[in-house]
Amino acid sequence: MRGYLGGDVGSVSTNLLATDEHGTIITSLYIRTQGQPIAAIQEGLAMLQQELPHDFEVCGAGATGSGRTLAGAIVGADLVKNEITAHAVAASRLVPDVQTVLEIGGQDSKIIILRDGVVTDFAMNTVCAAGTGSFLDHQAQRLNVPIEEFGNYALKAKNPVRIAGRCTVFAESDMVHKQQLGHSLEDIIAGLCEALVRNYLNNVARGKDILPPVVFQGGVAANTGIKTAFEKALKTQVYVPEYYGVMGAWGAALLASEKMAVDNNGPSKFRGFQAAKLDYEASSFDCQGCPNQCEVISISMEGKVIARWGDRCGRWESMLGSIT
Amino acid sequence: MRITFPYMGNSPLVLKQILGELGYDVVVPPVPSKRTLDLGTKYAPEFACIPFKILLGSYLEAISLGADTIISTGGVGPCRAGYYGELHQRILADLGYNVKVIIIEPPLRRPADFLHALKLLFNERKAPLWKLPDIFWRGWLKLKAIDQVEKASHDIRPYELNKGETTVVFRQCMEELDNAHSRVEIEQATQSSLQKLANIAQDRSRKPLKVGLIGEIYVVLEPFANHDVQVKLEEMGVLVDRSIYLAEWTQNNALGNREYDVKKAAEPFLSELVGGHGRNSIGETVLYARRGFDGVIQLAPFACIPEIVAKSILPYVSRKLNIPVMTLFLDEQTGEGGIRTRLEAFVDLLSQRRNKKEGQLACVDI
Repeated sequence: MRGYLGGDVGSVSTNLLATDEHGTIITSLYIRTQGQPIAAIQEGLAMLQQELPHDFEVCGAGATGSGRTLAGAIVGADLVKNEITAHAVAASRLVPDVQTVLEIGGQDSKIIILRDGVVTDFAMNTVCAAGTGSFLDHQAQRLNVPIEEFGNYALKAKNPVRIAGRCTVFAESDMVHKQQLGHSLEDIIAGLCEALVRNYLNNVARGKDILPPVVFQGGVAANTGIKTAFEKALKTQVYVPEYYGVMGAWGAALLASEKMAVDNNGPSKFRGFQAAKLDYEASSFDCQGCPNQCEVISISMEGKVIARWGDRCGRWESMLGSIT
Repeated sequence: MRITFPYMGNSPLVLKQILGELGYDVVVPPVPSKRTLDLGTKYAPEFACIPFKILLGSYLEAISLGADTIISTGGVGPCRAGYYGELHQRILADLGYNVKVIIIEPPLRRPADFLHALKLLFNERKAPLWKLPDIFWRGWLKLKAIDQVEKASHDIRPYELNKGETTVVFRQCMEELDNAHSRVEIEQATQSSLQKLANIAQDRSRKPLKVGLIGEIYVVLEPFANHDVQVKLEEMGVLVDRSIYLAEWTQNNALGNREYDVKKAAEPFLSELVGGHGRNSIGETVLYARRGFDGVIQLAPFACIPEIVAKSILPYVSRKLNIPVMTLFLDEQTGEGGIRTRLEAFVDLLSQRRNKKEGQLACVDI
């Protein structure tokens, strides 16, 4: 069996998946990065191999997410792409006439506007995390409600309370205040969902022309409370894909297969599933070559440097060829 | 008098020459670095913009190298930068540094202040009066030469075959210009620099996307403040036109109040002066759209009111003239990763748009 791999290494989760030759997802997984992207990628790779048929042949691998460069170096990716393009590609593969993609992940959120299958505008949250998964995670812990149950509680609300959602700190104190007033847990949770959506629409989506079909993806799309709050605010149906949590990784796999096709299906750079067992090490140093003092990162595999980045002038990056 | 000045782009080469020839001991501030920004952030008000913080850090670094006088520029508002010289002086005084800040106001708009600053500046000069015109004229020639060579480098980098080569050659060119002082030397250094740049191996068959860079002058001109976006984009194969070069800007603003075409272009969207470069950002976007550019990137210091005003109008300009615009807000919290992701995504967006326009499959450019 032949197919492609896609990986999305984010701040909170690391998602890996495999597709068949036509881009259909065979298996996917969503694990926590826990601040150790290299370990997470290796763990994910080993898990993925167990799920896949023994004769699975990797024709191409793509990496995205904030850890895309690192992931690309470790697994040997044929394509390294930013998460905005990756998410847009996956959404429009699923809903070809999609015009708006809402994506909320662990620590960032984005909106992508498409027209006729082409991205025309996008935005990412800049200064505030009040509209992201980590915020919900934290509040769920405070309220002692499992995050998986959050959405169901919200749906049971009769009269959602209004919570100031501009900033996580204020949202929290406002929420405590509403609790002390005696509002029900359901109403407070629904209020939180609405606050998050309001914050997202006022900040990330400010000035954007949100037209249907709207696709909602990223880890937070698991929360039906947020989906409902979006539908209420946008007055349109919001579509959550089956593989909402791994859309970025899927986009990376789709892009990798496109890239391989452009390159006449040459050999993939994928290091093989054995990469899960190899010894990788990351180190960094401040280059003293010029006043820029770039922080140079180098990644070594089994003691050999395989990748370097961070230097503006490229002197360390280009030295690589002579070392390996 | 050990004199220093604000660090911005390549202008230190010129200021160093002029002040040196006037007979002062010149302390060239170190190229802005993380250390500079850390120093500035530590002593600046939190909500001051990033140019203020970098300059403060830069002055502190220069003071530690022995500077006792700072020359800075004023402004005609309504942007806070006009008061920055004043505020810098007070912060430095509070920190116990006894330094003099000479603020040079635009000569034709604030003639009395300008002359006063000139008097302070010239009081201790060693060069005789008759030499002044020549000193300033050669400074001006040098500034123009630097801009000309820099422009040439930006026209070449998107086509370079070996990534990074243009940057290395450009650095050599700046060293050469730094050592050129007489009119003949400046002219020779310019020609030899242009030749060196032209000799870089290029693939001229590429059809790069064209992006205009607009925004507040300091963050547009100082690569450290904007995470080197221009070079980053050019190394991704994008042709970048920067809206501001110091020589032109000086001609248009310090001497008079010109830029009529930019103001006129902005008029249908913003007819008021909003301070700083706010109106220019609108006008330049309009001009880039007319020139058929693929997109525009606005660089703005975080909390910069003029650029915020411009940003809120830009989506309308963008829709009306059908040109994508992306804004990057910059401050000491801005992460390198965020900038890179946005630049990459914006370039993807532009190339998809172009492919579609040219009737190709709407496939992502890889």
